[in-house]
Amino acid sequence: METFVQQILNGLVLGSMYALVALGYTMVYGVLNLINFAHGDVLMIGAMVGLSILQLLEHHFPGLPGFIQLTIAILGAIPVAMLVNVLIERIAYRRLRNAPRLAPLITAIGVSILLQTFVMAMPWWGRSPLPFPQLLSSDPIMLGGAMISQTQVLLLVLAALAMVGLVLLVERTKMGRAMRAVAENPRVAGLMGVDSNSVIVATFAIGAALAAVAGVMWGANYASITFTMGVLPGLKAFCAAVLGGIGNIYGAMIGGLLLGIIEALGAGYIGDLTGGFLGSHYQDIFAFVVLILVLTLRPSGIMGERVADRA
Amino acid sequence: MAFLTFDVHHNKRQAYVTMGLLLALMLAFPFFAAQYGNSWVRIIDIALLYIMLALGLNIVVGFAGLLDLGYIAFFAVGAYLTGLFSSPQFAALLESVVNYHPAIGESLIALFGPDIQQNGIHLSVWAIVPLAGLVAGFFGALLGAPTLKLRGDYLAIVTLGFGEIIRIFMNNLNDPINFTNGPQGINMIDPIRIFGVSLAGEAGSQSTVYIGGYGMPSVNAYYFLFLALCIATIFITSRLQHSRLGRAWVAIREDEIAAKAMGINTRNVKLLAFSMGASFGGVAGAMFGAFQGFVSPESFSLTESIAVLAMVVLGGIGHIPGVVLGGVLLAALPEVLRHVVEPAQMAMFGKVIIEAEVLRQLLYGLALVAIMLVRPAGLWPSPNREQRPNAALARDDEKEAAAV
Repeated sequence: METFVQQILNGLVLGSMYALVALGYTMVYGVLNLINFAHGDVLMIGAMVGLSILQLLEHHFPGLPGFIQLTIAILGAIPVAMLVNVLIERIAYRRLRNAPRLAPLITAIGVSILLQTFVMAMPWWGRSPLPFPQLLSSDPIMLGGAMISQTQVLLLVLAALAMVGLVLLVERTKMGRAMRAVAENPRVAGLMGVDSNSVIVATFAIGAALAAVAGVMWGANYASITFTMGVLPGLKAFCAAVLGGIGNIYGAMIGGLLLGIIEALGAGYIGDLTGGFLGSHYQDIFAFVVLILVLTLRPSGIMGERVADRA
Repeated sequence: MAFLTFDVHHNKRQAYVTMGLLLALMLAFPFFAAQYGNSWVRIIDIALLYIMLALGLNIVVGFAGLLDLGYIAFFAVGAYLTGLFSSPQFAALLESVVNYHPAIGESLIALFGPDIQQNGIHLSVWAIVPLAGLVAGFFGALLGAPTLKLRGDYLAIVTLGFGEIIRIFMNNLNDPINFTNGPQGINMIDPIRIFGVSLAGEAGSQSTVYIGGYGMPSVNAYYFLFLALCIATIFITSRLQHSRLGRAWVAIREDEIAAKAMGINTRNVKLLAFSMGASFGGVAGAMFGAFQGFVSPESFSLTESIAVLAMVVLGGIGHIPGVVLGGVLLAALPEVLRHVVEPAQMAMFGKVIIEAEVLRQLLYGLALVAIMLVRPAGLWPSPNREQRPNAALARDDEKEAAAV
């Protein structure tokens, strides 16, 4: 039972990070019907920038409380990630809006490689894994036999705040309405006076901001980041978006949390289930198995109405 | 590229002259290059393997229009197959089976004999090539089956997921039953033997292969083997392209619903695309394993899948000479850069500022983005978008009509 509660907690922490990234996929898919394959690398850029900010703070203002340092790192990483994602849209996607579907997909993969190369080539980042400072107290909080670190609590709170903020933005603001309109039908939205280009740019920027939050928290949680760190979370977040129903922001949140829990429970119990043949190092398999199952059984996901077949 | 034509249908003489010249050039190459050191021939050996991979992926992506991002998994399947069947690894596998399931293990030993338990299986190249093709083809169909309904982005990400799953298994299938030896990989893979001549050279011959009384470096011997396989691949894929099946692939690529309406069994045709593409990957992988003498999961990462895709895209999706060109450029260029750029930087600045590995990545990334934005059909695009036999003739007629 203790393992169960612990794995659910782990799953929620993992899942809230997936959810943040999945939102970026799903929103871009909503307005452009395109999967931003480079989104995972935006997370990586966010983490890298966050780390550099933390190092600067450490150098110039030693002794700042960890909580404040993390907040500054996140706030600093957000605009950089936004800029990167908007540039990606501008360079790799905008000219290909009417091209065959394979084209933006391939440029996206290219951009993903270029971002990784960029980080790899920077002397202050480089190719080897970088240690991410542990800023919050490492004393765990006990919850009925299960442990959760302070970083993870902060992560859950931040993710919840970001998601509530996003929902408010999409449901209550003018920009949110414009986004929903473009997602529904870009041409008609254009006729109604919505500037679809600025809506698309805003969508990419918001997605990047969420990914940056996830990136810095990822670093804080796992204490180490590298230039390839975005690939796997990015893919899994995409799986989460599909699980929830791509194009639907509530779906992305639910899918992210659910995928995190599936992964944590799977990793916790796979050894017992297979009689020791498969162990917890098969954790990374679950997301893809879920993806394949969802796409073959219910391509529209939990919340979605769109049909995957047409992608 | 007017003087280079491979269009046998419309310009027979020039096409055969081109091919003959190229063949002569390819056959002479190692003797020329070997004077500058074996590493250059080695680069081309690897490039030839990549060309085989790119040609196989071209069947899936170029002909059938199915974006497969897990293609390197088939390369891995081939390589691990050689690893298992031509190194002492099979003995380790049997031993772990005996430890884990004594009953099954004992019966397996009774079946294979005690010799295999000591030394493993040592297959010859004549068994490896068809076996690798078959097994990889089977895996290709396995991958294709659940993805038949998917298209575009979804297909790409599912295949990518499959690639990752296979890599995770390669990394972890060493316990409790040791199939792959885990992250350490399998080493001591036998070199390839053709008619009893080891292509790695016999022990004590310093990697020189003696055929009759004539000796040549081991890399040259592998070069000729890979060249032969590459030519076979080119021949088979170009025949496939102009076959009924090839036309069915193009039909599916251009408009799947129309193809279905015209009576093409899209399910079978897609599965065939996956498994035929995969089988070339498997053969290339088996050769890679034997050539290196060592396989480990590191060689089969997602980056490699993307590298092969970049070759297909850069050269010209669906156009065989283009794909070969893309393969040559993207497989050989980074290695050439490694040999040129780092020493040049050392000489100029006294230290390496941009590492060759970074440049290699940069090249792949730029190739994908720039080609899609500037020349979406590739550096050497297919001359006629439609592959109807008389499409080119029809265009000539139009030109004449316009001139009149």
